[in-house]
Amino acid sequence: MLSPAILIPAILNGLMSGAVYALVALGLTLIYGVLHIINFAHGALLTAAMFAAFFANRWLGLDPYVAAFLLTPLFFALGYALQRFVIGPAAHGEDRNILLVTLGLAVVIENALLYVFRADTRILDLPYGFDTIQVGPAFIALPRAIAFVAVIAVALALWLIMRFSDTGKAIRAVAREKLGAELAGIDVAHVYAMTFGLGTACLAVAACLLIPSYYVNPSAGNAFVLIAFTIVVLGGMGSVAGALIGGLFVGVVESLSGLWLGESLGQIGIFLIFILALLLRPSGLFGERA
Amino acid sequence: MKAQAKSLLPILVALALLAAVPLVTTSNVVLNFLVFALLIALVGQGWNLLGGYGGQHSFGHAAFFGTGAYVTAILQVRYGVNAWPAFALGIFAGAAVGAVIGALAFRSGLRGSYFALVTLAFAEVLRIVASVAPITGAGVGTLVKLDLRWQALQFQSRVPFYLIILALVAVSLVLVRVVERTRFGAWLVAVRENEDAARALGVDTTLVKIGAMMLSAAITAAGGCFYAQYYLFIDAGIAYGPWISIEALLAPIVGGVGTVFGPLLGALVVKSLGEATKLLAGDAPGLDLVIYGSVLVLVVAFAPRGIAGLLADLRRWGRRAPAGALAEADHA
Repeated sequence: MLSPAILIPAILNGLMSGAVYALVALGLTLIYGVLHIINFAHGALLTAAMFAAFFANRWLGLDPYVAAFLLTPLFFALGYALQRFVIGPAAHGEDRNILLVTLGLAVVIENALLYVFRADTRILDLPYGFDTIQVGPAFIALPRAIAFVAVIAVALALWLIMRFSDTGKAIRAVAREKLGAELAGIDVAHVYAMTFGLGTACLAVAACLLIPSYYVNPSAGNAFVLIAFTIVVLGGMGSVAGALIGGLFVGVVESLSGLWLGESLGQIGIFLIFILALLLRPSGLFGERA
Repeated sequence: MKAQAKSLLPILVALALLAAVPLVTTSNVVLNFLVFALLIALVGQGWNLLGGYGGQHSFGHAAFFGTGAYVTAILQVRYGVNAWPAFALGIFAGAAVGAVIGALAFRSGLRGSYFALVTLAFAEVLRIVASVAPITGAGVGTLVKLDLRWQALQFQSRVPFYLIILALVAVSLVLVRVVERTRFGAWLVAVRENEDAARALGVDTTLVKIGAMMLSAAITAAGGCFYAQYYLFIDAGIAYGPWISIEALLAPIVGGVGTVFGPLLGALVVKSLGEATKLLAGDAPGLDLVIYGSVLVLVVAFAPRGIAGLLADLRRWGRRAPAGALAEADHA
C-alpha cells in the first residue's frame, strides 16, 4: 500500500489538481484580503467560466488555452461590474449583507445556467485530452501538467502585479488601511471592483485549464468552492503565497485520502482539515491577523 | 401578565386564520402548498432564533434538519420504534448536534464569516457521511414504510398533516415570543449588538450562543422530522443538502430578521412567489430559483429589514402623514 510506485504518482497527481485548487483559492483569498468578505458566488462564477470555455470551443472552435486570453479580460470586466454595480451598492457596506448578496448571486447564476443548459454534463473532446507525459515513475495527463505550469506562472504574475504596479499598490493600501487610502486620494470603490475583477479573472484562467480534463454542468464549480475555502482558511485569508502552498497541500491530501478511503469518502479528509483549521487556527498558517 | 397575553394576541389571530383554511378548502394543491410553506416557516424560525436574535448567521442549518429527518426515519425503519417517540427523539438529536457544533465553534471564538463557513462545512461532512454510510441507506436513501394510521403518524388526508405542522409553527412562534421577553432573549440580543460589551457586563456570551444554537437546532430539526413523516423518503441530498440551509435563511431574511413573524411571513411570500414563477415558467428547471436569488438580492438592497421592516416603516409613515409636523416633534 505504501510502496513508492503508488505513492509518488498519487502525490504528483495531487500536486497537479492542487495547482488548480490554488488558482481558484487565489481569487477567493484576494477578494477576502481586500474587501474582507467571503464571496459565496465564487463557485457559480467558476461554473459560468467553465461554460464559457466549453462553448468558446464548441461554437468558435477556440482551443481552451487560446480562449483563456479572451475570457480572462472578459471575466475581469464581469467581476468589476458585479462588485461596482451590484454587490457594492446592494450591501450598504455591511458584512452580513455582502454574504447574502453573493449567496443570492450564486443561486441566480447557477440556476440561470441550469435553465439555459439543463442539468446535462458536458465533456470536451480534445485531441490531446488523454496524452500523458512521464515524470520519474509517474505518468501525468498532459492537460494537468500544463495547468500546473500555468498556475505557477499566473501566481507569479499576480504577485508581481500586487507588488509593483500602481493598481497593486493601491489594492494593498486599501487592504491595510481603507480610510487612510481614501484620504490619500485612492478611489476605494474602484479598487474594490478591481480586486473583485482580478479574483474573477483567476476563475476564467482556472476554467480554461480545467475544461480539457474535466466535465462541466451547472453545479460543476461547487465542487471547488469548499475546497477553495479550505485552502483560504488554511493559508490565511488574504495571503497569495498561503493560497498557493495551501492549494498544493490540499491536492495531495485529497489524492492520498482518496487512495486509502476511496473516491467518495476521500473528500472527507479535506473537510476535516477545514474544520480543524477553522477551530484551531482560524488565522491560517500564513495569516497576518487573527 | 397582561402585557404577555397581549403580545400573544397577534399569534393567536394568525393561527386561527390559518387553522380555518381546511374549513374553506380541502384541495390537495392548496394544502400541499401550505404544508410546505409552513415547513419552511418552521425551519426558518429555527434559523431566526440564532441568526436574527443572536446575530450568528449559520449557512448549515441542513445539519439539524437532516439529523431530525434521518433519526425519525431510521428509528422507525431499522429499530421498529413507533413514529411518535421517533419524532421526539429526532428533535432531541437535532438539538444535540446543535450543542456539539455550537460548543466547538463558539468555544473557538468563531464569529461572522468564520462561523458561517464552519456550519457549512459541518453540514457538508454530514452529507458526505450520509451518502456512504450503510445505516442511512447510502446513495439509495431511506424509505419509511407506508402505514396509514394515526398511531404511525401517517394520514390518508392532508388535513391532519396540515394541523400538525401548524401546531409546530405555533409552538415555535410562542417559543420565540417567550424568548424575546425573557432575560435569555435580552442576553442574546446583546450578543448580536455588541458581544464584547455584553461580555464586559457579565453575560456568559459563549453559553448564551450555545443555548440559542440548541434551541434553534431543535426547531429546525422538528422540520426535518416532519419532512420524513410527510414525504416518507429522504436521502443525503434532501436531508443535508445546501437547499434547506438556503431556505432556512431566506424565509426570515425576506420576512424580517429578528422578528417573531418574519419567518412565517417570508415563507408564505417566497413560496407564493415560487409557485407563481412555476406557473409562468412551466416546468423549466432553475427558473424559480433564479427568481429566488434575485429576490434575496433585492430584499437586501432595498429592504434590509425585510417585509416586517417595510410594514413598520409604512405604518409610521401613515401615522405621520395627517399631522406630519406634530409627529416629527414627538419623535424629537
